[in-house]
Amino acid sequence: MTQTSPLRDPEDETRRPVSPTGGRTGMRLIVPLQGVVQGRGGLILGSLIPCALFYFLQFYLKRHRSPPPPASPSSSNLPELARTSSRSNLTSRGSMGQARVSSRASSIAKPNDSPYYIGLDRASEDAYDELENPNGVIQLGLSENRLSLDLIEQWLSRNLNGSILGGGGGGFEYEWNRDAMAGFMSQIMGRAVSLNPSQLVLTSGATPAIEILCFCLAADPGHAFLIPTPYYPGFDRDVRWRTGVELIPVHCRSSDNFTLSITALDQAYNQVRKRGQKVRGLLLSNPSNPVGSILTRETLYNLLDFARDKNIHIISDEIFAGSIYGSEEFVSMAEILDSEDVDRNRVHIVYGLSKDLSLPGFRVGAIYSWNEHVLTASKQLTRFCSISAPTQRLLIPMLSDTRFTQEYIETNRKRIQSMYDLFVAGLEQLGIKCVKSSGGLYCWADMRELIRPYNEKGELDLWDKLLNIAKINVTPGSACHCIEPGWFRCCFTTLSKKDIPLVIERIRKVVETCNLPLKMPTSGGFQS
Amino acid sequence: MAIEIEQPRVGLSKIAVSKTHGEDSPYFAGWKAYDENPYDEFRNPSGVIQMGLAENQVSFDILEEYLEQHAEEASWGKKASGFRENALFQDYHGLQSFRKAMASFMEQIREGRAKFNPDRVVLTAGATAANELLTFILADPGDALLVPTPYYPGFDRDLRWRTGVNIVPIHCDSSNNFQVTPQALEAAYKNAESLNIKVRGVLITNPSNPLGATIHRSTLEQILDFVTIKNIHLVSDEIYSGSVFSPTEFTSVAEILESRSYKDCERVHIVYSLSKDLGLPGFRVGTIYSYNDRVVTTARRMSSFTLISSQTQQLLGSMLSDEKFTGNYITKNRERLRNRYEKMVGGLRNAGVECLEGNAGLFCWVNLSPLLENQTRESELAVWEAILHRVKLNISPGSSCHCSEPGWFRVCFANMSEKTLEVALKRIQSFMEERKITSG
Repeated sequence: MTQTSPLRDPEDETRRPVSPTGGRTGMRLIVPLQGVVQGRGGLILGSLIPCALFYFLQFYLKRHRSPPPPASPSSSNLPELARTSSRSNLTSRGSMGQARVSSRASSIAKPNDSPYYIGLDRASEDAYDELENPNGVIQLGLSENRLSLDLIEQWLSRNLNGSILGGGGGGFEYEWNRDAMAGFMSQIMGRAVSLNPSQLVLTSGATPAIEILCFCLAADPGHAFLIPTPYYPGFDRDVRWRTGVELIPVHCRSSDNFTLSITALDQAYNQVRKRGQKVRGLLLSNPSNPVGSILTRETLYNLLDFARDKNIHIISDEIFAGSIYGSEEFVSMAEILDSEDVDRNRVHIVYGLSKDLSLPGFRVGAIYSWNEHVLTASKQLTRFCSISAPTQRLLIPMLSDTRFTQEYIETNRKRIQSMYDLFVAGLEQLGIKCVKSSGGLYCWADMRELIRPYNEKGELDLWDKLLNIAKINVTPGSACHCIEPGWFRCCFTTLSKKDIPLVIERIRKVVETCNLPLKMPTSGGFQS
Repeated sequence: MAIEIEQPRVGLSKIAVSKTHGEDSPYFAGWKAYDENPYDEFRNPSGVIQMGLAENQVSFDILEEYLEQHAEEASWGKKASGFRENALFQDYHGLQSFRKAMASFMEQIREGRAKFNPDRVVLTAGATAANELLTFILADPGDALLVPTPYYPGFDRDLRWRTGVNIVPIHCDSSNNFQVTPQALEAAYKNAESLNIKVRGVLITNPSNPLGATIHRSTLEQILDFVTIKNIHLVSDEIYSGSVFSPTEFTSVAEILESRSYKDCERVHIVYSLSKDLGLPGFRVGTIYSYNDRVVTTARRMSSFTLISSQTQQLLGSMLSDEKFTGNYITKNRERLRNRYEKMVGGLRNAGVECLEGNAGLFCWVNLSPLLENQTRESELAVWEAILHRVKLNISPGSSCHCSEPGWFRVCFANMSEKTLEVALKRIQSFMEERKITSG
């Protein structure tokens, strides 16, 4: 269950174009072992193989030696953790030996080496503040929406009354009122959608919702989900950590504006099957993260056909459904399924209030499914991740106030639109174009001309410069498994309008230090 | 692809269709009967009284009063940014102030006999999640945890369902009041070995559910010695620690570690929650307190799947930091639970029914073996059904707690009003009198 480092992905040999300055060929010898260490087999094989070779050699040389014990995953091959400055009362270590942790835990405990997490940490440690810390890091790497919290604050101050304890401490076994959430989600997804509360399962955030679906749909060994790239870095953790499910990237490219092609899906599916693995489903984000595009009605139909043809599931993560702007209409899977007489047992929607309502701290998520078995199992599984009672009591009246929610949704969209316009225009002044997106809290910026060499290393060098010199945290495309180097996700909804010129200025400084005039490779120059 | 066409049904994992969640056991069947015909003093006086739910409603009014008087701190205070910061806060470390409050509350419950470092507190949405998380961290699929019987029926689901880890029982019986013995520990360990299963730890509940009794200090020392020798972990679920009737009768494993200068403490992890002691199960507040840095780091990250609402942390943080209030609450809660317990035991004795001597928790461990036709699980279930359908009381049969001796039942007394408890006791008295008459 290792979190795949963006620096190494030997599974996909065609992933990176060969850069003019080389850098990849030198790695080829190491790749087979790395593949073992980073990919399947994990730590056990990664330590067993070199150990086994070593011991085999020793044994050969000293024939009377007894065979060594097999290297256990708890041996010192595991990387040492940076110790927390422990104010605990530990004095001495036991002499009887250290109780081990599971293999699952060992990999999770490793320090985070993805730029996605490193950047988030840096930005929070040295957070920009106009007055207190004007040279701090400006956070553009966290897709949070701070534009419309005032509306919620106002509603709360007008309506908050009554004891937060309401009718008691409330057991989680109780049937909570799902009508409010179903109603709100229907509003978000468009008037054509009317969600049935009994098909809704409430969870403490979208993160456990996704994990629960993975447990229900594909938690037997060797199972995989196809996922279009680039994708939200958190999926690597949410989908893979504890379930054992694998994510198989289906690459999308700038030449098609990063749209998903059924041909590519088909190819990926067949490749996986050839390896003897089962594909259990397709994981989509719509609106997509990090690109911000909306799937067209036609694409949704095609995806349903594909899923039916292969007899697999579709998980549609629609957490940004309310954060759309521009002229394109958002179509939820729910809308398609409502109208079509299709096999509904294979489609499951994930939603949450973290993005559209800016309430990530309150942990409110949901699974919407048409599959009875999935609903039953999911409901049981929410004992591990239920929504806190006072939070439900707080939000149910607010979500039920449809006049407020309608106003909120409209105003919020307008504000996101105007920030998007300003921010994208600012980047354009620097010669940085963005994919035309219609949803989400971020833009997908093309900085391919600014990286040297034209590969992942070049991209990470630029990311590093942006973080440490410009003091801007953005998410590099490699952290999102993008197959083309040079793309960056920039979240702009944590900013206020007056911050934008400052951000653009800081980026300008770094842009000016990049050697520009080398011609950017055209799509024909990519390998594969 | 041909295979897929033959199966038009789209596949689901074993987890989705397995029965490991135990939905078929009497534990849940009793629930159903109650749901269909719930007792209400006025509207349904002959309905089923729920005595199978270990919830604490005896001290709720104390909490309510406090929160009403301190509504401002409980919400986001006067600070304009209070709400905004709180709504955006999703750091898996949790609010520092809340962690401190939990650590100090846990210390108060133990009357300062053990100290808790807020940096070792990992927050989870309930103890259910905490136990599952620890199981994921300490054991691989196919491995086992040793758990003394009888145990909380929910463990079958919480420890095994998604983790793929097994529970191997440590058998305890009435000959010594169901206390764990070194022999029983060793037997369980050997049992696992014979099945080729790797044991990764021992999980105890102290005070015990369903026994309603604290574990003796000497027994705790023995268990700690055992896990040390076997080089495995110890998880101590102390969720009822605040519900011990007399605080001096409870020894936390933390105190034992303190007395041993924390030697070799990295194998010990404590689970706690506010669901029982504060009667707030719906709030979903649980914690893992681990003396092992790696476990703390891993558990923190894994808690992403089960974070406590920042609003709830804010709401309870100031209340739990108010030591005068919490001290008073803990004392009153203990008193009220003791009174309930004594009422229960007294009423049962009048009916000729004996219980295990308890000193904690929200339930009694009741001996109904004289009612059994044969000393078998089937006879026990027959009695359970009779009590459910004729006496209209939902109590939990020992077999659902994996008790090796038939005839024991867990009966809860804190999830109802005193009046309802009286009604229940009267029903038991009538039932027992009837049986005396009919059996001659």
